[in-house]
Amino acid sequence: MRAPAPAWAADLNDATIDSARAALGEALSDAVEVAGEVQLHVTRDGLIAALTALRDTPGLEYQQLMEIAGVDYPDRAERFEVVYCLLSLTRNHRLHVHVPATEETPVPSVTGLWPVAGWLEREVYDMFGVLFSGNADLRRILTDYGFRGHPFRKDFPLSGYVELRYSEEQKRVVYEPVSLAQDFRTFDFMSPWEGAAYVLPGDEKAKLPEAKGAPSPVTATEVQKADAVQSAKAAPTAASEPYAKKDAQGTADTGAGKPGSDAAPRPADPDVTASKSGGQNQ
Amino acid sequence: MLTQKDQPIDQLADPAIEKLLHHPDAAHPTDGDVAIQNYTINFGPQHPAAHGVLRLVMELDGEIVERIDPHVGLLHRGTEKLIEYKTYAQAIPYFDRLDYCSPMCMEHSFVLAIEKLLDLEVPIRAQYLRVFFAELTRISNHMLNLGSHVMDVGAMTPNLWLFEVREDCYGFLERASGARMHHNYLRPGGVHQDVPLKLLTDIGDWLDTRLPRLFEDAISLVADNRIFKQRNVDIATVSREDALRWGFSGPMIRAAGVPWDLRKSQPYDVYAKMDFEVPVGTRGDCYDRFMVRVEEVRQSARIMRQCLNEMPEGPIASSDRKVVPPKRAEMKRSMEGLIHHFKLYTEGYHVPAGEVYVATESPKGEFGVYLVSDGSNKPYRCKIRPTAFSHLQAMDFMSRGHMLADTTAILGAMDIVFGECDR
Repeated sequence: MRAPAPAWAADLNDATIDSARAALGEALSDAVEVAGEVQLHVTRDGLIAALTALRDTPGLEYQQLMEIAGVDYPDRAERFEVVYCLLSLTRNHRLHVHVPATEETPVPSVTGLWPVAGWLEREVYDMFGVLFSGNADLRRILTDYGFRGHPFRKDFPLSGYVELRYSEEQKRVVYEPVSLAQDFRTFDFMSPWEGAAYVLPGDEKAKLPEAKGAPSPVTATEVQKADAVQSAKAAPTAASEPYAKKDAQGTADTGAGKPGSDAAPRPADPDVTASKSGGQNQ
Repeated sequence: MLTQKDQPIDQLADPAIEKLLHHPDAAHPTDGDVAIQNYTINFGPQHPAAHGVLRLVMELDGEIVERIDPHVGLLHRGTEKLIEYKTYAQAIPYFDRLDYCSPMCMEHSFVLAIEKLLDLEVPIRAQYLRVFFAELTRISNHMLNLGSHVMDVGAMTPNLWLFEVREDCYGFLERASGARMHHNYLRPGGVHQDVPLKLLTDIGDWLDTRLPRLFEDAISLVADNRIFKQRNVDIATVSREDALRWGFSGPMIRAAGVPWDLRKSQPYDVYAKMDFEVPVGTRGDCYDRFMVRVEEVRQSARIMRQCLNEMPEGPIASSDRKVVPPKRAEMKRSMEGLIHHFKLYTEGYHVPAGEVYVATESPKGEFGVYLVSDGSNKPYRCKIRPTAFSHLQAMDFMSRGHMLADTTAILGAMDIVFGECDR
């Protein structure tokens, strides 16, 4: 690792994965190391047992739950992933525990293990709509009173759906549908050669099957017969005429214009002086 | 580092004295007693001691706090969602606006997370500059917190003196980055600009003369003050076990007696070379939290002096042209530099796919960034771990059984800023 990132005991990663496999058993569906950090993928039903084992097993000892992060992957069958970031103060080690979830399948709450999980789960519920069974106080936490929807889902627009203002007539705050004074600016920085998600202008023509040209009014046998009649009359002199006459005498023959005034060297501009250094724009 | 204090009050209570005082038993009220109901009041969201937009719904029994339900989110701006729509370089200024009292330390976590995904090397001078200004930011943050904590419990003067120091810090940070509060100074691969030598010598003089004089004078007014101790000692005591279970970090966990400092245990940048001590509290009350921060200011000054002594000359940003844009003069002369400049300021750099959780020791505690990259030029998900979320959540059990007036001391000793809490 060349980057000056926080230097916790990353050399314990392999040993941690081994002891986690032993301690967690069937609850552990996958254990990988990504970017120098251990990820334990755990089933929903085995979450409580897994986190209890991670906290209490000697040799794992993750005393603190620092963070619960929700991530939305709309393409997956179970679109949400709840990530528990654990910290061991005695072993100076960190790891994440990943649990999949959907809107309908609640994740068991870990407030019984760490009371700090109460607000962290409330936040994931508020932002993603993931339910936590066993959390006694699963209210919204960051959004407005009476807010609808779960704003950090990938299908929730960045601008939201409603905006509020104080109405002087009604003497209260009113909610109205969002109206943007300026178009929402999205830029696409992906190189079109690296798989852009849209069709480049003009490319839609290439996708269509090419239409047939207009059918020839005569058949091939008719053409051959006509050619035979022509060739009997006179043989062609050359395959084609050249575009310009090779023995052209003047511009009238070639089609070029007369030599203009720019053929002569331009007079020196007194305002432009060549400097020894690079010039004023350097 | 803390002086040995007296025994807790509850241990002094003598059964004989209790008997003489004839405290009435709640189950057997004496004649004439009137049963009153608990009542609920709102503290904030517009209250000077709420340190921003915090609404506390308090259930009081007389003047005793029975229950506190903090309502947060009044400053929620959806920073994490906005960052998903911005390139990595465009996302850095959002971090200044999280904890606007210690902006440089907020950038630090994000920048380190990007570097970890890119596996990007950072020149040694840039690492020194980052540590140097992170510690200056820590001093500036603690000046605000210590001053406002003192003012919340009734003293006026120290706050005015500490704000003088804070103003000096902002002057220095402006000379380094160009902005007083929202610096946008750290970059993946280093820092934005080198600092002039005069700035470093000025800060060195300030560390030796003005900072100790103003700071020690202001603290000497309150550290041994009887009224200040009455308001803070044995208020909201937190045990080590509670501090661990409630996810405490920073001065809050150190005051509870756990010697845990990410700068020491998980050093990033050049903190491994720094020689400093980690102050630890003995009781875990508001006074300990205050004094831990006081000592941290002295240790920060020590780290800054060491940085000034050891900081080498050299480049201040990585030479990886696929991440760090070229210098302006280079951009004007070299075609390749121009192309890099154009690409980095429009498209930005692509960060390899991966997931990291990088946490640094911000002045308020562990400030973490859980960064999910899908290999594009924008973060797929950037979860910010605020320090205030776990601390404020503990407000309920910390203030239970205390007087209403103690909540301001408890809140002041937590050091909460809502730009960071609500994101």
